[in-house]
Amino acid sequence: MTNRAEMTRRDILKSGAAVATVTLAEGVTLMAFGGSAAEAAGADAGKRWGLLIDASKCATDCNDCVTACKVENGWGSEAENAHIDPEQAAQWIRKVTLKDKETGRVTSAPVMCQHCEEPPCVDVCPTGASMQRPDGIVLVDKHICIGCRYCMMACPYKARSFVHEPLTDQKANSPRGQGTVESCNLCAPRIDTGRIPACVDACEKAGHSAILFGDLKDPDSPISKALKTYPSVALRDDLGLNPGVRYTNL
Amino acid sequence: MAMDQTIYRELKATPGVWQLGVLLIAFIAAAGGAVLYMEHHGHAVTGMNNQIVWGLPHVFAIFLIVAASGALNIASIASVFGKAAYKPMARFSSLLAIALLAGGLAIVVLDLGRPDRLIIAMTTYNFSSIFAWNVLLYTGFMGIVAIYLVVQMFRRIDYRIVRSAGLVAFLWRLALTTGTGSIFGWVVARPGYDAAIMAPMFIAMSFSFGLAVFILVTLVLFRLNDRPVGEELLKRLGRLLGIFAAAVLYFVAVQHLTNLYAAEHIAVERFLLLDGGVYTLLFWGVQVILGGLVPIALVFLNPSRSSTILASVLVVIGGFAQVYVIVVAGQAYPLEIFPGYEVLEGFHEGVVSPYTPSIWELMLGLGGVALALFAAGLGAKVLRVLPTNLSDANVAAKG
Repeated sequence: MTNRAEMTRRDILKSGAAVATVTLAEGVTLMAFGGSAAEAAGADAGKRWGLLIDASKCATDCNDCVTACKVENGWGSEAENAHIDPEQAAQWIRKVTLKDKETGRVTSAPVMCQHCEEPPCVDVCPTGASMQRPDGIVLVDKHICIGCRYCMMACPYKARSFVHEPLTDQKANSPRGQGTVESCNLCAPRIDTGRIPACVDACEKAGHSAILFGDLKDPDSPISKALKTYPSVALRDDLGLNPGVRYTNL
Repeated sequence: MAMDQTIYRELKATPGVWQLGVLLIAFIAAAGGAVLYMEHHGHAVTGMNNQIVWGLPHVFAIFLIVAASGALNIASIASVFGKAAYKPMARFSSLLAIALLAGGLAIVVLDLGRPDRLIIAMTTYNFSSIFAWNVLLYTGFMGIVAIYLVVQMFRRIDYRIVRSAGLVAFLWRLALTTGTGSIFGWVVARPGYDAAIMAPMFIAMSFSFGLAVFILVTLVLFRLNDRPVGEELLKRLGRLLGIFAAAVLYFVAVQHLTNLYAAEHIAVERFLLLDGGVYTLLFWGVQVILGGLVPIALVFLNPSRSSTILASVLVVIGGFAQVYVIVVAGQAYPLEIFPGYEVLEGFHEGVVSPYTPSIWELMLGLGGVALALFAAGLGAKVLRVLPTNLSDANVAAKG
């Protein structure tokens, strides 16, 4: 089996990754990665990162991508969810199991931020906190998010969560904030240091390799070749948002 | 045109005025407590969640903001459309418009996840966001209507200046309500929103809700100071309210008929009109019948002082129901992310999202209403905006 992760790693390193150091508060300096508008400007406009999810390879009973995302970004711990309704819990990535109404065929796949080319969440955000990096990654600048939740209204994929409670034990690489909105950032900090997103990594390790990560603008990248070879769909394609996340064998 | 001879006097501080003031302050204080509680514990203590992201506070806020632009109607009818009978009420109409908007905006701001970052919303704009435009439309409205109010209060002023200020305020309020309606109309992702008719429908709603609130607030203040309001004037306002309420029903009917024609929207219409539970009940029972058909029947079939008052109360109640159905039902109805599939497992996929407002949200919403009313009352207490006499003989004398 070809190691797609390795190929994409080289992809990224070739691109010249952008890393920034930011002072969050006096005396607290974190390595922050494309998390604010200023830092995002360092992302490579020559790339457009995307995912191709092969539902036929995704195991219904496997939740490794979700777990990996939780560990990587520090959301969804038991302590965090103990005092809130399930509907109020963060959900950066979720697994769905679908049954074709006509044929009865059952498939499963992860759903996360679809990193639209024309993101409604970015259009509606009053302050510009909801933003798109030059490399196509859509994320929230938590420094200027005022917590109005209009982006959550506008997202067709339910990909965003609002932090409903005070947080403890945050990850240094993924600062979160009570009263602000958050979502999958395609593991921008990992991408900027030449690694692949945590969910992609976990899926590889689980032996499924259902999520292919890569540069949609590079015609020779594995993801571009796969998209050229096999039929794929975008969720809510009718909206014309051109998501960076696509699905095959759904 | 002859100079306006109406005598305007500040509200006298009767015991009733004091009692009402204290009551409103109590509501405002309770809202303040609710806000501190919500900010400390996070929105976890509210009924709002990641599916119903805007809840009861937003219903109160949007009602007040919509009513604010409508409350200005009386002034517009007087200065822009030249109806002299409305002129004595024009000053207070302007003041009430500012007060209602302030109350509504206070709710929106205090419900933010980070209200401490309000300065960011005031200084960092994303001009592709209708929300950002609304920040400018709302602050601009306050400024323009304040200027309009001031020029109305000048003793000797060329009436053309008042008329020009009134025209700018009128056009601005049309833009403002278009912006408010477009918050929903431009959300393409949700089948319950995504309709251009939202903007004109919100304008019709503002005419209706704003006039109803104006009638009720004015009558209470007049009662507190034993100032007379004529029966004929109230019948006239009642008829106008009936026309506005009918206009709202018209837009509602066109919105739903258009949706029913499109196969892709039949499911959401079925939810709203037929089997949406509390939303269906609110729509037909409270919005359409109680808040629409009944007040229209009252003011046209049995025109009287009490009919106008009752119709105003019903329009307010129906208005709240309408905004609740628009805001909450539009989010409760599930997003169709996977057309053609049944979702066996997922995170609330394809099911109606439950929402039970918390007491904190109710306290915040009522506090916003109290703030608006307190500001209007305080304005009437310190400014000469309320006429001493709105009896029919007096109003008729103005032509």
